[in-house]
Amino acid sequence: MKFAVIVFPGSNCDIDMYHAIKDELGEQVEYVWHDTENLDEFDGILLPGGFSYGDYLRTGAIARFSKVMQAVVKAAEAGKPILGVCNGFQILLEAGLLPGAMKRNESLSFICKPVNLTVANNQSMFSTAYAQGETISIPVAHGEGNYYCDEETLAKLKANNQIVFTYQDNPNGSLEDIAGIINEKGNVLGMMPHPERAVDELLGSADGLKLFQSIVRSWREANVVKA
Amino acid sequence: MLLKHEPRPDQVKSEKLYQQMGLSDEEFTLVENILGRTPNYTETGLFSVMWSEHCSYKNSKPVLKKFPITGEKVLQGPGEGAGIVDIGDQQAVVFKIESHNHPSAIEPYQGAATGVGGIIRDIFSMGARPIALLNSLRFGELDESARVRYLFKEVVAGIAGYGNCIGIPTVGGEIQFESSYDGNPLVNAMCVGLIDHKDIKKGLAQGVGNTVMYVGAKTGRDGIHGATFASEELTEQSDENRPAVQVGDPFMEKLLLEACLELIHSDALVGIQDMGAAGLTSSSAEMASKAGMGIEMNLDLVPQRETGMTAYEMMLSESQERMLIVIKKGREQEINELFSKYDLEAVAIGTVTDDKKLRLLHNGEVVADVPVDALAEDAPVYHKPSKVPAYYEEFQAMEQEVPQISDLKETLVKLLSQPTIASKEWVYEQYDYMVRTNTVVSPGSDAAVVRIRGTRKALAMTTDCNSRYVYLDPEVGGKIAVAEAARNIVCSGAEPLAITDNLNFGNPEKPEVFWQIEKAADGISEACRVLETPVIGGNVSLYNETSGTAIYPTPVIGMVGLVTDIDHITTQSFKNNGDLIYLVGETKDEFGGSELQKLVHGKVFGKAPELNIEVEKESQKQVLAAIRAGLVQSAHDLSEGGLAVAIAESLFDNGQLGAEVTITGNPVSALFSESQSRFLLSVKKEHQAKFESLVAAQLIGEVNETGTLKVLSETDTVVEASVHQLKDAWKGAIPCLLKSRD
Repeated sequence: MKFAVIVFPGSNCDIDMYHAIKDELGEQVEYVWHDTENLDEFDGILLPGGFSYGDYLRTGAIARFSKVMQAVVKAAEAGKPILGVCNGFQILLEAGLLPGAMKRNESLSFICKPVNLTVANNQSMFSTAYAQGETISIPVAHGEGNYYCDEETLAKLKANNQIVFTYQDNPNGSLEDIAGIINEKGNVLGMMPHPERAVDELLGSADGLKLFQSIVRSWREANVVKA
Repeated sequence: MLLKHEPRPDQVKSEKLYQQMGLSDEEFTLVENILGRTPNYTETGLFSVMWSEHCSYKNSKPVLKKFPITGEKVLQGPGEGAGIVDIGDQQAVVFKIESHNHPSAIEPYQGAATGVGGIIRDIFSMGARPIALLNSLRFGELDESARVRYLFKEVVAGIAGYGNCIGIPTVGGEIQFESSYDGNPLVNAMCVGLIDHKDIKKGLAQGVGNTVMYVGAKTGRDGIHGATFASEELTEQSDENRPAVQVGDPFMEKLLLEACLELIHSDALVGIQDMGAAGLTSSSAEMASKAGMGIEMNLDLVPQRETGMTAYEMMLSESQERMLIVIKKGREQEINELFSKYDLEAVAIGTVTDDKKLRLLHNGEVVADVPVDALAEDAPVYHKPSKVPAYYEEFQAMEQEVPQISDLKETLVKLLSQPTIASKEWVYEQYDYMVRTNTVVSPGSDAAVVRIRGTRKALAMTTDCNSRYVYLDPEVGGKIAVAEAARNIVCSGAEPLAITDNLNFGNPEKPEVFWQIEKAADGISEACRVLETPVIGGNVSLYNETSGTAIYPTPVIGMVGLVTDIDHITTQSFKNNGDLIYLVGETKDEFGGSELQKLVHGKVFGKAPELNIEVEKESQKQVLAAIRAGLVQSAHDLSEGGLAVAIAESLFDNGQLGAEVTITGNPVSALFSESQSRFLLSVKKEHQAKFESLVAAQLIGEVNETGTLKVLSETDTVVEASVHQLKDAWKGAIPCLLKSRD
């Protein structure tokens, strides 16, 4: 499986995402500059964390106008797996690929620490390697991760089982402890915690690896069926 | 000083305008002699900023000469953007510490943020990839004033704001709270980078006819005379200097960083230097002087974000995120293209000449024409008078006194909630300490450890200085700062390599302050020589006074060590039920400058703890050998609060573990003395014999699963406390101090 790590000006978790895929997952991966218009050669798209365009205006608000985002929308429509982490999640929200918005953390401070998540839906293409209800330790590192959406959207998220990860001890004030959601079709995941930082026990946790393994597993199954 | 119509040279002289810029009468006369004429306004500005203490070290040079700066592994000592030490396999570590004290006192968020930005540029200007940030901070007492709490919060937010955005992990540091820093906080930022030997670059303007290019952010009127402002005492009027504080843009610096790291692989690059203190002036003059060349620049070509800027303003601006590069003539186009990929400008603004002059053109006229060596090298050097302070003689005459304590447990709880000892989680949770996914040991342990991807190696790093000891006895305190840094590095499983130092002191024109500087430098030099950790660079910050009162002398030591195999990485936390607890080093009745003395008396006095640097070296050698042999489960250096605090801290990471230890002698000394050269280690029982053959240590107890810390004397139980209760006191102290009042 071949992944693209999209690099926006100001992305800074691109290298971590790249190494998680290459060194720990053992799949193909390339950096893709933000002015690229075609992502057809990639099977999965990864939007890394960071401060794209310095978070100026609003997190993700400028990055969503990058040339590459049209190709990301196209890939999403084609059903390819798309993962946005942290700033990547914020960009997916701004681009309308996921519902809702981000507010500043309730504490108004940046927060960086490992947190425990509950796998709220292990049926998505991003979470099949986890057990339903499993507790996993994945770090957060953000200033604006306080997820918000209106009641109608929340009802939909729940009805469609779109909430994939929730916080056990909510670090940022997110509505309903939401840490990660998928779109209705189930191929776009946005999450504030950083699974790419949890792929090596030496650094404290390898619980994030199963997320990437889930993506590969779903992709293999889909492609075997097609073949 | 920002005038539309600049005064004529004769006005600069007759109205003594140079004095406002920080030049003395004698220095101005010296400039006249060098030039053979009276300098114009712009030229006076160039000299004033280059001859400030911040840029010229004119007051500290005689002291800095004492430092050992060479060593087998030193590839670059002081004099460039940062020092470089070999770590084998054609790789090297690059690091430096720098202060941003005065700006942070006036505008704490931007002051701290741009301090971080500046030190990062020093690292990548050498061609290195910055891999970690640390800091060393000093504030007044948190419960004293809302202003102190404001400074503390904003400095932390500023460091976080810059480091997090640019994506370099802030992995460690230290903070002390002491009323001497009330109006003059210290903000020292350290950056560590990694480089392949072949990529090392220097700030040299070589090759006549080569092109001088300006890259990065545009020049504005911010930070004019920042270096001069940094070389004066803070006063009630210092707020008026707010324009001398720069504004940071970490996003711009991220782009500049990536572009410059791409640039260093181009053979078109000749030299590169950060536009830091004194901006365009220092970068151009120093690059030319170091190469034995001159530079001519046309200031009309300097990218400007404001209209109508004068030559004076452009040359003295300290706008951030700018670099000066020298490239081979004719290669401008490709450099332009490289930078435009990152949406940055690279503009040719001058050429390298062979006349050793800095010549500036503006609006078709020569506005400055001065020898580069005069700016960069020929600042007068002052040998300041020094005098032993009365307080020191008084302290030396005192006997060591053991504070009278009735309740040892309550004392331990109180010590753990002193802000200097208490958990700094409130601070480091605001820093992204994990980005780039190499941080093996996070903030909170003795030293941070960052692995080197693709190898078995890692780097350990720390900043240290107990300024109370330095105040009581600058020479011993300076020695202790180095020894403690090395102890922290050794505890993490690394071998100390070298140091960078940040000498924060008061006004050197006061003989008592200059004496502190001299003595501290003596102590640092001796410790560095014996521990074989040369000084590869650093920074001097003098005039740290508010309304005439100096800070505690604070020579901060930033040290880096090499972990040769990641299996050696050790933390302070006890690991297993049944492990044996050992104490290395001798405990004496030493309370001068201790946390307990401060707690009991509300002030520090007497003698600093003694330090025998040879004993220190031997203990470090033994401990490191045992760690490398795989015999040590945890290692913690004994510092503020002594043995009791060290044991408690070793229990905080794990909710279940407890410990039982037996002490001898006076319980107060055994538990709280701050004698030096001591380590707390835990060892598996099966390794007891082997460990004891390697390390001279005293078996004092055992790790258990009681969740309780129990201390026995020869006769009875002197402390019995739940780890939970101790941890609550330790963890809650700083958030509580901040919350309850604002």
